[in-house]
Amino acid sequence: MSQHVISPEITFAAPHEGGTKRIWRVFWLLSFLTILELGLGLAIYNIHKGENPNATLVLFFKGLVCILTLAKAYYIVSVFMHLGDEVRNMIMTIVVPLCLFIWFIIAFLWDGNAWKNLRNTNAGSKPDTHQVETAPVKEGEKH
Amino acid sequence: MSTTAIPAGTKWWNGGKSPFNASYGKVMMWYFLMSDAFTFGAFLISYGTIRFSVNHWADPNHVFNAFPFAGHEANLPLAFVSLMTFILIFSSVTMVLAVHEGHNMNRKGVERYMLLTILGGLAFLSCQAWEWTHLLTGEHISLLSDGTLNTLPTTVKSNPWGTDLPHEAILAALQKTPHDQLVTIAGTLHHSAEAAAHHDLSAMSNPELISQISAAGIHATNPGPIAFGGYFFGITGFHGFHVFSGVIINIVMYAKTKLGHFDQRGHYEMIEKAGLYWHFVDLVWVFVFLCFYLI
Repeated sequence: MSQHVISPEITFAAPHEGGTKRIWRVFWLLSFLTILELGLGLAIYNIHKGENPNATLVLFFKGLVCILTLAKAYYIVSVFMHLGDEVRNMIMTIVVPLCLFIWFIIAFLWDGNAWKNLRNTNAGSKPDTHQVETAPVKEGEKH
Repeated sequence: MSTTAIPAGTKWWNGGKSPFNASYGKVMMWYFLMSDAFTFGAFLISYGTIRFSVNHWADPNHVFNAFPFAGHEANLPLAFVSLMTFILIFSSVTMVLAVHEGHNMNRKGVERYMLLTILGGLAFLSCQAWEWTHLLTGEHISLLSDGTLNTLPTTVKSNPWGTDLPHEAILAALQKTPHDQLVTIAGTLHHSAEAAAHHDLSAMSNPELISQISAAGIHATNPGPIAFGGYFFGITGFHGFHVFSGVIINIVMYAKTKLGHFDQRGHYEMIEKAGLYWHFVDLVWVFVFLCFYLI
């Protein structure tokens, strides 16, 4: 760095495809994915309305909706926000830190589930903080 | 500690070429959006944690089943929120078209698409205002902690979306319910009747009110987890605030385009940066839509 050239930042403009065809194609794709999600949402609603809701099927549909949402996020970021047109280093500095979310989601939902398990057992009941004279209640008599 | 001598007026991002082939402003916008993604992510994941930690959560298909001008009895799950989603997707498209026109240095085109984007943002905010009003002023018969029944709205302090109350429990709770609450509950059965009918109701005795209410076969619930309202209004409010500030930014960009600032500058990069923010708002909505309305 022996010399500093005062010049405008040197950047290379992304190649212009000229048309807006790609934008509209992604718009229709996003609309289609959203309609698919709504369809699955209504399917979940109807399963819940039924006599014996099939929990596995509901979970499967919810998983499917999550995947479709990730697909929508990919298209919005890659095409609408033009991240797909940036250089690889740039993409990596944005995408790699976001991988923290994988741990973040697993850890905290796991924690929530652990709280539910505690809540549903005696271990989850609040410890008695004040001194009580009466004899402690036996396990079997609690419910 | 000594620091390296730096020539005055050095512009760091101006030396050589940007390693990311992007201007300073654009890179910083990306980093801001990444940090904002973590903020929204933390909110949504904390909501997920609480939701996983309780045995019953509000069913979005019951909470969000109303539509403007469709009346109180309408049951249209997902309808209104899909309208909001399409409004935001479409405003995202007009934004990216504005950026495209900016690349072509077409001022008229940028103006037209920026205006459409602003209108889309305002339409979305209006929808959200309606939805909030609907929830905050809604009347749902719910069991209170003192064992009586009353109507509850959905707020950060009350959540009427718990498990259904069995018929016998409703009848037992009605016996304990004081007169003014019975009048309110009976009032919800007559949405078409006006204030005159309400006056008649308060003149009725408790057993008369109870028989009228139980004859109507009312639906009542246990109160749900209190966190529901806080998370819903907190997260959609934070997102709505982003939409609002996005609309303000877009209005400024529209004015600057109209004044010819970007033509003088020789490029429309500011539109691109505003566009990044606006697409991010759409991106967040995709996840809010998923977490609150779909699953």
